Amino acid sequence: MGFGPFLFLATLEGLVQASVLVLTAVGLSLVFGVMRVVNVAHGEFFMLGAVIAWFVATNMPGDPAIGFIAALIISPLAVGAVAYVADRLILTRLNYNPEATIVATIGLLYVIQQSVLMTYGADARPVDPPFYYTIRLPWFGYSSYKLFVIAAACVLLGVIWFVLKRTKWGLLMRATQFDRETALAFGIPVRKVYSFVFAIGAGLAAIGAVLIVPIQQAHYLMGLDPLLLSFTVVIIGGLGSIQGTIFAAILIGLSDGILSVFFSPTLAKIVSTLFVAMVLVFKPNGLFAKAKR
Amino acid sequence: MGAGMMKSLILHLAVLVLLFLLQFVISDYAILTLTRMMVLGIFASGFNILFGYTGLLSLGHAMFFGAGVYAAGLPIYHFGWSVPLAFVFAIFMSFVAAVIIGVIALRTVRDSFMILTLMLAQAGYLAILYFNRETGGSEGLTMPQASRSFDFLGLTIDLTDAATRYNIAVLLLAITIVVSFILIQGRYGRLFNAIRENEARTEMLGYNVLTAKLFSFTVSGTIAGMAGAAYAILFGYIGATFAGIQYSIEALLFTLLGGAGTLLGPLLGSILMTTLIDRLSEVTSAYFLFLGLILIALTLWFPKGLLGTIKEKWLPWLT
Repeated sequence: MGFGPFLFLATLEGLVQASVLVLTAVGLSLVFGVMRVVNVAHGEFFMLGAVIAWFVATNMPGDPAIGFIAALIISPLAVGAVAYVADRLILTRLNYNPEATIVATIGLLYVIQQSVLMTYGADARPVDPPFYYTIRLPWFGYSSYKLFVIAAACVLLGVIWFVLKRTKWGLLMRATQFDRETALAFGIPVRKVYSFVFAIGAGLAAIGAVLIVPIQQAHYLMGLDPLLLSFTVVIIGGLGSIQGTIFAAILIGLSDGILSVFFSPTLAKIVSTLFVAMVLVFKPNGLFAKAKR
Repeated sequence: MGAGMMKSLILHLAVLVLLFLLQFVISDYAILTLTRMMVLGIFASGFNILFGYTGLLSLGHAMFFGAGVYAAGLPIYHFGWSVPLAFVFAIFMSFVAAVIIGVIALRTVRDSFMILTLMLAQAGYLAILYFNRETGGSEGLTMPQASRSFDFLGLTIDLTDAATRYNIAVLLLAITIVVSFILIQGRYGRLFNAIRENEARTEMLGYNVLTAKLFSFTVSGTIAGMAGAAYAILFGYIGATFAGIQYSIEALLFTLLGGAGTLLGPLLGSILMTTLIDRLSEVTSAYFLFLGLILIALTLWFPKGLLGTIKEKWLPWLT
């Protein structure tokens, strides 16, 4: 295989990673943007989404495609419900105080992780893809399912954009993000918006996870990497900015594969972690933010 | 010195004397666990200077504990340094690390500060794994037999002896408590409090907030590093877990449980949590489930912790 096709393959693989990452990171970014909550348990919502997808897909009789579609619907709803309850029971009572919420979501992280370990176990388990068709390109065959993941992510991003910019719910969210006090004064049920946003954020992570389980297996510790990557994306894209998040997710999804080719995975992680830390210190509004004033 | 300060001083000295006397009554096993609790208590006390007194939540304090562990353990293991020299070197290196990281991290505030400390600690942890040929990676290294006993000021100190280790831990705890007490009662202590309560106003009153925060960060990191060095030397083992996120969270948990912003809170939290884990491990292996539930419960219903609540309700003079 020549260099051109190899680069093409690497780009495709990078885009698949980026697709899942963008959904997860937009969820985190939405929660941070609207609620100003740093959700450390976000990666566990991702993991929970994958594990529920496995439960649904294995218990659904008939064609794997039916199981997969069922998982794609049930898993984000279930994870969203868990997040909704967590918000009602915990975050609301803490009044969204930054320190208290971060400590509570760390607690939530351990609770979810350990509960899954106790019920689902320590094994990694795969989910069958809904279809196996391989597209024959002149240089290599490529799984059509992976292309489906990219397409699905694009469609979902379109839906998110539409909801945020063109619906009443999106308007309520943007108003709450822009100025919480004024939104309250105008009769916007800010508390409800918060719970709703927290559920949507978790649900987006779950959708990302359902899309990835046919490629990557479901495991109770799988939440850490997406959490750190999402943080990276959200920081580089600018905390709370959806456009920046999308752009950064594509950039990082693509470069992650390339970095791991040149460096050992651990060194690549060290370099990217330090890079993100420096972005946080020197460009706190993200790498693409225009200078203010 | 006011009456409240006097009471507080007497209380802390009494606790230290009590801890010293305990070794003559309790079992060998209890001596071993209490040694460990005290060292972790010192670590959490260092964390508490920054979190409890200055109001800055670092989610990566294990990087200083880990710095102490490795700066003490590696020279002993690779170059055969004497134990006291390695211990002093480790404290110095933690101090240097705290200054450098403080200068960088304190450019950020609130959420960004928490994420940044978390990420820097993660980078440190990964670096230990990356250099696994020198550090032993996650499996760690056991200190050579020769370092388990050394001569110091004419005394032969045998680190395999449980009572010796216990007394070293009591001594280091006493140093930590006394230094913190003097610091907290002094001018800087009041400045830390002012920053915690209202940073903008403190700055407006003409205080150099950044210097005070850096001072707090440095003291906090150095104490955490000293605890790490003590851990490596007393128990003769170094490993990557000591720099991992779990240790950062435990420092937070101990402090929250015992009472942030009280000198004895972190020690109390360490003793209670370690005892609880010991008891629980006989029943279930779900340690992390309880760690999570306790974290949530504390933030929801008990944000001031044990000593914090006692201080608020009954003993306002407690420091």
